[in-house]
Amino acid sequence: MANLTNLCLHEARDGLIKKSFSTRDLIIDHIDAMESSRNLNAFITETPELALKSADLSDKNFANQNNRPLEGIPLGIKDMFCTKDVLTTASSKMLSSFIPPYESTVTDNLWKKGAILLGKLNNDEFAMGSSNETSFFGPVINPWKKNDSTESLVPGGSSGGSAASVAAGVGVGSLGTDTGGSIRQPAAFTGTVGLKPTYGRCSRWGIIAFASSLDQAGPITRNVKDNAILLKNMCSHDSKDTTSSSKEIPDFESSVGKSIKGLKVGIPSEFIQDGMSEDIIEMWTKGKEWLKAAGAEIIDISLPNTKYALPCYYIIAPAEASSNLSRYDGVRFGHSVNSNDINEMYEKTRSEGFGDEVKRRIMIGTYVLSSGYYDAYYLKAQKVRSLISLDYSQAFNKVDVLLTPSTPNSAFNLNEKCDDPLSMYLNDVFTVPVNLAGLPAISIPSSKDKNGLPLGLQLIGKPFDEETLYSFANVIEESSNFKSLDNKWWLKDE
Amino acid sequence: MNNLLKGSTGDWEIVIGIEIHAQIISESKLFSGSSTIFGSEHNTQVSFVDAGMPGMLPVINSICVEQAVKTGLGLNAKINNFSIFDRKNYFYPDLPQGYQISQFDQPIVGEGKVLIDLEGNIEKEVRIERLHLEQDAGKSLHDQHPSYSFVDLNRSGVALMEIVSMPDMSSAEEAQAYVKKIRNIMKYLRTCDGNMDEGSLRADINVSVRKPGDDLGTRCEIKNVNSIKFIGQAIEYEAKRQIKIIEDGELIKQQTRLFDPKKGQTRSMRSKEEAHDYRYFPDPDLLPLTFTDEFVENIRKTLPELPDIRRRRFVDDFNLSPYDASILVSERETADYFEIASEGVNSKLVCNWIVGELFSFLNKVNKTIDQSPITPQNLGKLINLIDDGTITGRIAKDIFEIMTESGDDPISIVDSNNMRQVSDEGEIEKIIDSIIELNPDQVKALEDKPNLMGWFVGQVMKETQGRANPQKVNDILNSKLLK
Repeated sequence: MANLTNLCLHEARDGLIKKSFSTRDLIIDHIDAMESSRNLNAFITETPELALKSADLSDKNFANQNNRPLEGIPLGIKDMFCTKDVLTTASSKMLSSFIPPYESTVTDNLWKKGAILLGKLNNDEFAMGSSNETSFFGPVINPWKKNDSTESLVPGGSSGGSAASVAAGVGVGSLGTDTGGSIRQPAAFTGTVGLKPTYGRCSRWGIIAFASSLDQAGPITRNVKDNAILLKNMCSHDSKDTTSSSKEIPDFESSVGKSIKGLKVGIPSEFIQDGMSEDIIEMWTKGKEWLKAAGAEIIDISLPNTKYALPCYYIIAPAEASSNLSRYDGVRFGHSVNSNDINEMYEKTRSEGFGDEVKRRIMIGTYVLSSGYYDAYYLKAQKVRSLISLDYSQAFNKVDVLLTPSTPNSAFNLNEKCDDPLSMYLNDVFTVPVNLAGLPAISIPSSKDKNGLPLGLQLIGKPFDEETLYSFANVIEESSNFKSLDNKWWLKDE
Repeated sequence: MNNLLKGSTGDWEIVIGIEIHAQIISESKLFSGSSTIFGSEHNTQVSFVDAGMPGMLPVINSICVEQAVKTGLGLNAKINNFSIFDRKNYFYPDLPQGYQISQFDQPIVGEGKVLIDLEGNIEKEVRIERLHLEQDAGKSLHDQHPSYSFVDLNRSGVALMEIVSMPDMSSAEEAQAYVKKIRNIMKYLRTCDGNMDEGSLRADINVSVRKPGDDLGTRCEIKNVNSIKFIGQAIEYEAKRQIKIIEDGELIKQQTRLFDPKKGQTRSMRSKEEAHDYRYFPDPDLLPLTFTDEFVENIRKTLPELPDIRRRRFVDDFNLSPYDASILVSERETADYFEIASEGVNSKLVCNWIVGELFSFLNKVNKTIDQSPITPQNLGKLINLIDDGTITGRIAKDIFEIMTESGDDPISIVDSNNMRQVSDEGEIEKIIDSIIELNPDQVKALEDKPNLMGWFVGQVMKETQGRANPQKVNDILNSKLLK
């Protein structure tokens, strides 16, 4: 039998239903792949025993025809989701031994639908980063390499482990979280499909908070259809999260393949950046042509406040983070340093427990909320945020979706931007406005740059209109003919 | 105005504003389903939310919102249909999230006013600036271990209302009357039990002094004062301290101070420079709190009669003096007791008995009126027995004694102890005749000393164990001896 990790989510689902193979077969192949892919450092915690136990239950369910919608589907979960009795670290020393006694709503939904946990995926510490290099557990390595190069590349971040594992065929899909692009940017860097749903589509309960007004869970998969399947099964209205929506959850899968004829695509001129590479511009142009060929109308539009999005984001997100991370004080759980003095206990616990990037953001956040600076920074940023939202709602009076590149560049070298936080932050320039406006957006692998590295196009949708995104994403997927990774260089010699 | 304090440089005026922290009566906490029962084992009323675990989110408890609105209505205040929860950030081991969820510039209740009742039947209006909802913190325990402090999170997340007054009070007495009035209104509304011993109600008192007519002086805030008596002591001490500093030619430093009940003094806790920067910002985990006018109107319909209105009714319907009425309504339980006891009974007498006999008994045994062994129904019966002449006033006091012990029905006490008043003139005459017959010397002496009549009354009462109708005794004695 061929290696079952070559199957995507819906192929695995169909194969299990047709009993072409057992869940146990599928899980064993994925566990093998997980273990032989350790070079990528995508997983912080592997849960093979748990996965095999679940596989046996799934096989029993198939035998009794009690199989659930995601029965037997192996998934990796970003280490920002609390998983009951399974180590959950946020990739931080602070939580390096934290075992939650509860399960996040989103993962709980998936397990109830029959999905199986393979392990917990590496990410930037507390989801703060764009390269997965801020993890206490070390960087994740991108399975992609430049043509004729052995240099290690970053997978993007913060959901680097989630994107790299799916690109490498370990798990048919994964969950990430996206606060400023943390799903879409790594998806673009790894040739995978990543969706950030509308704010409120997925419950945030049990997800370790970074910036509460921006955080949203979403799926990373190898194709658009898989993505729609996973989203359908992870979202729900949750009374434990006041910001979760009670809107009806459509069957996203049925939007995949739907015609986009007559629908309107907006091209925001402000997303054309100085110094943007030829490859990106070319991909964007091709994207427009594909959509036009499928019957959509292309319209130039303006989002005038786009240039303020990044500074606005880097005020609001750290502000919320500085407060959300106050609970890591060494008193009740997590890393703790004893001291006879209470302030010293806090100082030592927090300076040892947090890495540089987290500290940087806590300090920025504390500063912008401080008395005397609040009005100039935080309050002004909130006003700018409203203007950015307004840009989008006005644009969506004219168009159905927006098409932009996902990132201004392809994956960069490990350590290339580590010491330059500003250039690192610039990686989120196309993704951040979407979080500020609370909109859904998807990154679809669309092209490769001159070095053979994947590039992604981003589609941005109206609030709670992920369906239209999936219809458009499917057109891009079919038109681009993107070839996924074939050289599994990282596999250990058996 | 007589509230001025004398200093060496003349008269001083005290300016007082008060923040009351009142624990809301609710079964569960403000943002979690944990129970709020007081006195449970340490850390047994704690959910993952209350403990600030990663990924936990607050969900507003609608009962607490109703209670805050109800209290706002009771304070004649503006109810804000749109309000915001903010985070107040600071580090302390008993604050698990590292922030307290509170309301900063958009509270649930806006400006209102209350009338406070002062001695001499004087009323004064105190303006309320706002009322907002917030979470309580946990409790640090420093006395459990020689070198460690412990934290009890049972109280963490319990709903509080912070009620902020305008600086409208100018004496310890007014401040005390204000806190009593707010407490009383909340007890009438059943939104806070007002129990200061258990910490359900605490006051932060802002005190400053100035020469009459001057601008406001620099204030000091006395934190967490937890009894009416201490409020008075703290203000008097603090005002004198400030006056002395100014009169010695120095400046008041803005400070947060603590009241030490043992010494009767306030002492500095932290100065303005050491004050926290709480970095308030809207809590992104919670949507703005909104409700309709209809929601407010439905709560308004459930409002009970409040003390000011009840007092007016007691004056009008029961013919009580305003003074008596205000004593009765100053505790909801007392007013309730009065209304039950005075059903079909002489209400003026009921009032006198409650304020006199009952209060002094309850004081003596340190009980509240709802713990009284004498039910209001039985007190009413006792007063009816006096009113209709069944027993004498003197006997009534004996029966009251018995009732405080046994809680028995006064009618059965009267019957089983043969305590009915003797009003039969023939019977009284017989007793008087025999006393006259046996005491010829006294009868003779009465001719020179009319005061001796009292001795004869005493003898009759002795014969009848105090049961003889005093009026009749006097009448018959007069007719027989003062010819």
